[in-house]
Amino acid sequence: MLIPHPLLGPRDAQEFIYLGDATLMHRPDATRPDAEAAFCDYVFLRHNPAGVHRELWFHEAGDRSWLVVTRNTVTHEIIGAELACDVKLGVTQ
Amino acid sequence: MTRLSTGGLIDRETQLRFSFNGRSYTGHPGDTLASALLANGVQLVGRSFKYHRPRGVFAAGSEEPNAMVELRSGARQEPNTRATVAELFDGLVARSQNHVGSLERDLLAINDLFAPFLAAGFYYKTFMWPKAFWEKLYEPAIRRAAGLGTLSMRPDPDSYDKGFLHCDLLVIGAGAAGLAAALTAGRAGAQVVLAEEDFQLGGRLLSERDSLDGAEASLWVTKMREELQSLANVRLMPRTTVFGAYDHGIYGAVERVADHLPTPGDRVRQSLWRIRAKRAILAAGAIERHIPFAENDRPGIMLAGAMRAYANRWAVTPLKNATDRVAVFTNGDDGHRTALDLMAHGVPVLGVIDTRADAPRFGDYRLFAGATITGTKGRHGLTAIQITQGSKAAWYSVGALGVAGGWNPNVHLASHHRGRPVWDEGVLAFLPGPNGPHGLIPVGAAAGKGGVANALADGMQGAITALGQIGLAAKPIPLPQAENTPATQEAFWHVPGRRRAWVDFQNDVTVKDIALAHKENMRSVEHLKRWTTLGMATDQGKTSNISALAVMAELTGKTIPQTGTTMFRPPYTGVSLAVLGGGDTGPHFRPKRLTPTHYWASARGASFIEVGPWMRAQFFPQPGETHWRHSVDREVLAVRAGVGICDVTTLGKIDVQGADAGEFLNRVYANMMGTLKVGMVRYGLMLREDGHAYDDGTCARLAEDHFIVTTTTANAAGVYRQLEFFRQCVWPDLDVQLISTTDAWAQIAVAGPKSRMLLQRVVDDADISNAAFPFMACRALTICGGLRARLFRISFSGELAYELAVPARYGHALMERLMEQGADLGVTPYGTEALGVLRIEKGHAAGAELNGQTTAQMLGLGRMVSAKKDSVGAIMSRREGLAGDKRRLVGLKPVTAQTPVAAGSHLFTRRAVQDMANDQGWVTSACYSPHLESYIALGFLEDGENRLGEVITAANPLEGQEVAVEVVSAHFVDPDGGRLRD
Repeated sequence: MLIPHPLLGPRDAQEFIYLGDATLMHRPDATRPDAEAAFCDYVFLRHNPAGVHRELWFHEAGDRSWLVVTRNTVTHEIIGAELACDVKLGVTQ
Repeated sequence: MTRLSTGGLIDRETQLRFSFNGRSYTGHPGDTLASALLANGVQLVGRSFKYHRPRGVFAAGSEEPNAMVELRSGARQEPNTRATVAELFDGLVARSQNHVGSLERDLLAINDLFAPFLAAGFYYKTFMWPKAFWEKLYEPAIRRAAGLGTLSMRPDPDSYDKGFLHCDLLVIGAGAAGLAAALTAGRAGAQVVLAEEDFQLGGRLLSERDSLDGAEASLWVTKMREELQSLANVRLMPRTTVFGAYDHGIYGAVERVADHLPTPGDRVRQSLWRIRAKRAILAAGAIERHIPFAENDRPGIMLAGAMRAYANRWAVTPLKNATDRVAVFTNGDDGHRTALDLMAHGVPVLGVIDTRADAPRFGDYRLFAGATITGTKGRHGLTAIQITQGSKAAWYSVGALGVAGGWNPNVHLASHHRGRPVWDEGVLAFLPGPNGPHGLIPVGAAAGKGGVANALADGMQGAITALGQIGLAAKPIPLPQAENTPATQEAFWHVPGRRRAWVDFQNDVTVKDIALAHKENMRSVEHLKRWTTLGMATDQGKTSNISALAVMAELTGKTIPQTGTTMFRPPYTGVSLAVLGGGDTGPHFRPKRLTPTHYWASARGASFIEVGPWMRAQFFPQPGETHWRHSVDREVLAVRAGVGICDVTTLGKIDVQGADAGEFLNRVYANMMGTLKVGMVRYGLMLREDGHAYDDGTCARLAEDHFIVTTTTANAAGVYRQLEFFRQCVWPDLDVQLISTTDAWAQIAVAGPKSRMLLQRVVDDADISNAAFPFMACRALTICGGLRARLFRISFSGELAYELAVPARYGHALMERLMEQGADLGVTPYGTEALGVLRIEKGHAAGAELNGQTTAQMLGLGRMVSAKKDSVGAIMSRREGLAGDKRRLVGLKPVTAQTPVAAGSHLFTRRAVQDMANDQGWVTSACYSPHLESYIALGFLEDGENRLGEVITAANPLEGQEVAVEVVSAHFVDPDGGRLRD
């Protein structure tokens, strides 16, 4: 597979480490009253869609950036890739 | 000999000697093992898998189900090689497989008599009872009988390689369609890879008598090859099988670089290629199918197209005796070509048995229209066939029979990526479906467009279309004059009858088995396959799947497409594990990381051990030490009494800088880190977000905005990845930067009561007295006359100890300098074993304690998880199940000091029944402590902190061991920590 790195262009998927669902970026607020339940969901529950999925990949054998890759889990088509920090800071999207 | 006197693409001038089952034969360059065997009159080449039926060559390509041999001898012996694709070389040695005794008198042929009991689902039904017999009796017996061929059981002596190729267009198959496609794209200037499974380009053109531009097709093939070779933008890859289509236009291919040579010499045996193609043309041709009829598996019965190939390409008749006659059984026009070709070569032909009542006649041969074959004779080779025409049945003596059941487009690669093939009633075959791999365009016979003229035109058009899709213009090329031979056929799938009619030769599946599966309601194709094992042999049912579908369709009264399709998955043909490894075996499995002092340690005779990717010195044997324990005990005592030095470079180092570095570390460590004073070090514990302990290490603050985090060796990469995750994905608003500096700094532990004395001799002018540089201090300084260094006063051993870091390239020199300067102090290098003993004696947790199942509380570090702040894992660590865990890290000391305790032993109250319900914990680490002159251990024990002094049992039931151990403090040495602070 090829991942279109936003800074480095197309890179082989072997350079990356896969983490999973990009919702991991939304770590719950530890001060909320139901924090434990929220963390349980955050740590253990994932959507596992057959279709378009936003997921985190780490360019470990490259520039060490975390990417949010949009991938179709059925066809493995890669629809896009953004720097995770840009996504989190709201720079893109 | 049944070699024809003329013709064929073989070099008759050169003789190649080879042996089969110990007998010597000769062949020629251009032969396969199969063609050479047939040329020597060898019809019987193997035994079938289940019934041990005599079998002969059935096909002329990689679809071969029968002619599987063990090729070569010694370490290169390779089972299950298809004789039909094994290129003949001088000195080739082959043996038949799957028989007990000789091939001709196989003792296991008795299985055939039990055939009525060995029907579909036999294993499932028979070996059910009694249950206890399975493991001891049934399974070993079945395993002995199962399998085809034998392995040499010796290491593979050859080398393998792997590589990447990039191209605009990958053309798979170099027959008429593939050559036209490759030349069209090649002339247009595109980057082209042309991969061909065979050792010669040309595909079926080499096996037929079609003429191109009025001349032999092989002349055109030669012209094409020469032009393609002359184009720098075209890479010709014969002997290369594209075995799979993968994501994003990546194709897997195996190039058999040296399989056709006696030994590879200085070349690799095979190469694995990952070909990244913008577009691909599937020109893989078609595979002929047969028509099951009674006793259709005798040697001498083969695919009619294969018979033509042997006659035309290899100048071989399938007959044992040149005077015997050949018959052809067909359901369409194609079989007639075989009769015509054989007649043209002067082979006696009995006639053509055509299932069609209105069968056309194409030449001067006997035509049995509306007829079928209903029986055969001949124990080790075909001698007679029974032809039934209407109500008349008669026997005819023949020496060989060609069977033509139609052609299946080779949709294999087009079916990867869940591309479902689509049934076409016109060509009576499955064609590539619309949802195959993106960018793969099937052409020619692979797309159901057989016939030479069709294939040429379709190949050319496919290339133009493919290049157009990626913005490259290609012009039509002039194609040679060619024709399409008539190819009408009828949907006739098998000859009904009471006797066994084989569908899948390799796995011995007959029409009866399919009928039984149907009766037992295994009607879906997937069930059918598993119940009967049809199509699950090494040939993956290339010649049998469609016939089986047709039989099942008939039984269920459905159409073939309603019955199902066959799903093909990679690989197209078997791929050796050796080439998948691509040479990355043994020490090349992964790169080794060497410490900066590796060669220094190696020169001192150190024994090394793999720690993750690193090679670390395990201990340093001295003259007279005959057991590793002698060395380790000496090294441990030297540290406790004097000074030892150890390379600890492998521990992960992460440089953390930025205005928010302290805040960032507060969030990733369970304990407070932001409050750490500049010039000090703090022990740090990281949790996983699920609340379990993850990793520990130290955190040193060199400046207000500059920290150095250390990790365990094992988790160095994982912790760095996790910190980057939090920095980039969770808190990108913090001003913090990370870089891994594990490789940048060589770090040497200097430990023992004399460590300060030694360091003072190398440190330039910094004051490292106890007052100026107390326990847990750190600072940047210079040593040895100006070399920049970092000194940390931290201890893993429990002694007065330091870690000294210098730029990695000075690690070796620093080690030498410390040895030199400490000679009079008795400085002793120590390895990972002594390091382990020292930390167990001190009760420090390491990998065995931080195994992912333990918590801060269990480690006795519960109070470190700060309640004043949120940090990774903090919330989840307070869950009832984790916070309530009463197991604690304790020390364990055997009641009799010299009794070893095994790590992994489970802990039980004395005399308790040793079962899960009474399990009290487990031993994590164990060693012999030379300091205490006793074996000691660490472990997690239920309510451990309140059980000091109690004697419990450490049980190792795997080895029948039980040791009485006393629960003690985990800190066997200096529990108050006075030594650290002196």
